[in-house]
Amino acid sequence: MNAEIGGALLELDGVTVRLPVEGSMRAVLQEVSFVIRPGEAIGLVGESGSGKSMTARAIDRLLPPGAAVNGRIRFGGRDVMTLAGADLKRFRSEVAMIFQDPRAHINPVRRIGDYMTEALRTNAGVPVSEASSRAVALLKSVGIDDGERRLRQYPHELSGGLLQRVMIATALLTKPRLLLADEPTTALDVTTQAEVLAILDDLRTDLHLAMLFITHNLEVAAAICDRTVVMYAGQIVEVRSSSRLHTDPLHPYTAALAAARPNIEATTPRLLAIPGRPLSAFEAPAGECAFAPRCPHALDVCRQARPALIALDGGLSRCVRAEELRGRLEVALHG
Amino acid sequence: MHLRFVLRRLAMLAVSLLVASFVIFSAIFLAPGNPIAALSGGRSLPPESLRTLEVRYHLDQPFLVQYWYWLSNAVHGNLGLSITLRENVSDLIASRISTTAGLVLYASILIIVLGVSLGILSGFRPGLLDTSTLVVTAVSASLPAFVAAIVLILVFAVQLQWFPSLGNGIGFLDQVRHLTLPAFALAVSSLAIVARVTRSAIREEARREHVQTAISRGIPTAQLIRRHVLRNAAIPITTISGITVASLIAVAAVVEVVFGLAGLGAYLVQSAQSKDLAVVQGISLLLVTAFVLVNVLVDVLYAVLDPRVSLGSRAQ
Repeated sequence: MNAEIGGALLELDGVTVRLPVEGSMRAVLQEVSFVIRPGEAIGLVGESGSGKSMTARAIDRLLPPGAAVNGRIRFGGRDVMTLAGADLKRFRSEVAMIFQDPRAHINPVRRIGDYMTEALRTNAGVPVSEASSRAVALLKSVGIDDGERRLRQYPHELSGGLLQRVMIATALLTKPRLLLADEPTTALDVTTQAEVLAILDDLRTDLHLAMLFITHNLEVAAAICDRTVVMYAGQIVEVRSSSRLHTDPLHPYTAALAAARPNIEATTPRLLAIPGRPLSAFEAPAGECAFAPRCPHALDVCRQARPALIALDGGLSRCVRAEELRGRLEVALHG
Repeated sequence: MHLRFVLRRLAMLAVSLLVASFVIFSAIFLAPGNPIAALSGGRSLPPESLRTLEVRYHLDQPFLVQYWYWLSNAVHGNLGLSITLRENVSDLIASRISTTAGLVLYASILIIVLGVSLGILSGFRPGLLDTSTLVVTAVSASLPAFVAAIVLILVFAVQLQWFPSLGNGIGFLDQVRHLTLPAFALAVSSLAIVARVTRSAIREEARREHVQTAISRGIPTAQLIRRHVLRNAAIPITTISGITVASLIAVAAVVEVVFGLAGLGAYLVQSAQSKDLAVVQGISLLLVTAFVLVNVLVDVLYAVLDPRVSLGSRAQ
């Protein structure tokens, strides 16, 4: 582990986040730890409310006011939570975020050109003309050829797919080292999704960018990420190399997520859904496995203590029965 | 696109004026009392004098013919003669317009400068200032102008004697001094509304997702507030300011009467009482025109501030 941390670009160590809700502090993230090395793509997968977006927001210091953060987040060896002034500004230019809904996340009353170049002009003091020509060049690399014209347009004049490409190009404009992509394709239609994913993947590889890719779609994560982190109720339940996540999951929740995806090849009479509803971190019972109430494999042992993450075959799993259930998880669900 | 907008607005103005003039004309016609009585001051006149007066003011003609006489003259720029003063209505209006325009302008400046500043302050600084602003504006938003006028006179004219409570004053500074209490009385409820709308617009805009984007890109706070919060909040603020300023034009009459200002509003009230039809019509049309023009101005500003709205396409 130590060797990994030495080469880490981003390191989360026991990050717990609590938010004030109706007067009390409620946990949304519990003991989240993982690392991203330079140039590595990590997928962050889970249902709504599992803490995926909160993780990205904690990293980017975008948590709502009143949030309490425990644990450590380090970027390039520096503690992110205590950054201020010029250091914070540099951090912001090195870590770029791509949001889910570009239409809401781009100021509708300002031109595309203003949006794209604002950070460069203000924080790096790049003159408008130079910033604009850099923007046009990057627009070309995301497949937008008439960049000059686009810079003069307003967001409402562009389609959602085009706008998301503008957002990706903008994120790359400050030459970041880490990209936080919060469900960047969820709001797009299926064909546009594939295009945007391909562009993102190509650019990331070309520029040797590290990326945290948040999605609820295991297949998308597997397609473009090296490793995948699966979250449930604010905790990490599995970390696994993406290529093996599907065929050999280590946690019943991952297996259930994979099985819940509609499959074109094997048509089933009805789609498999995970029974019960997803829990938030603060709803999960403290002294047992958070997934136990929905888990088809839960035994008494699962309800006696909250399992720790255990290393298994190069991955991590928060399941006491992980070893014993290996290879049987998918079969059990389909059967 | 812009030419079409201007043409349509001009047509709307013409229709508004036509409808307004007809409604006002009918209302005065139907109201009790007659202009001859006002003219004679209640004395009985010999029949031949009565006849002369009736012919001079077309009072012997049917309603629609009277309206037609007035309308065709008005189109040619002739608003007719005042029955009581025997003077040109245009001249009478011209001599009083500066008081009303000054009052409305003064009140508008108070509303926009104080209302928006107060709203911005309480929008960005939750706490004691915000809470007290909310309480004070809740009370003053529901305060009619004549009540505000009486309170202001009691406190600032009678008790403190800082400002005069009657008359127009002579010379620019003295006129401004005389207009101060009336302008505050006129502005107070609109000021409160503008402050409240500004406050909530700022709260709402500060919560927008695109503000999060700007924060994540390291845009400095001052610039963030100016370029992404205030700039976007300016759209609802402009709308509410426009509506309230336009409404001042009508409320000004009440305030002018209370403070004894020789303005158009007070004169309108006086003329309506003496059934001086030509004057009532002339002033009313002027006020309607001003109201429509303020609304056109707001529409233009709205399109300038919000690129999603284009001048040509914004039809109700």
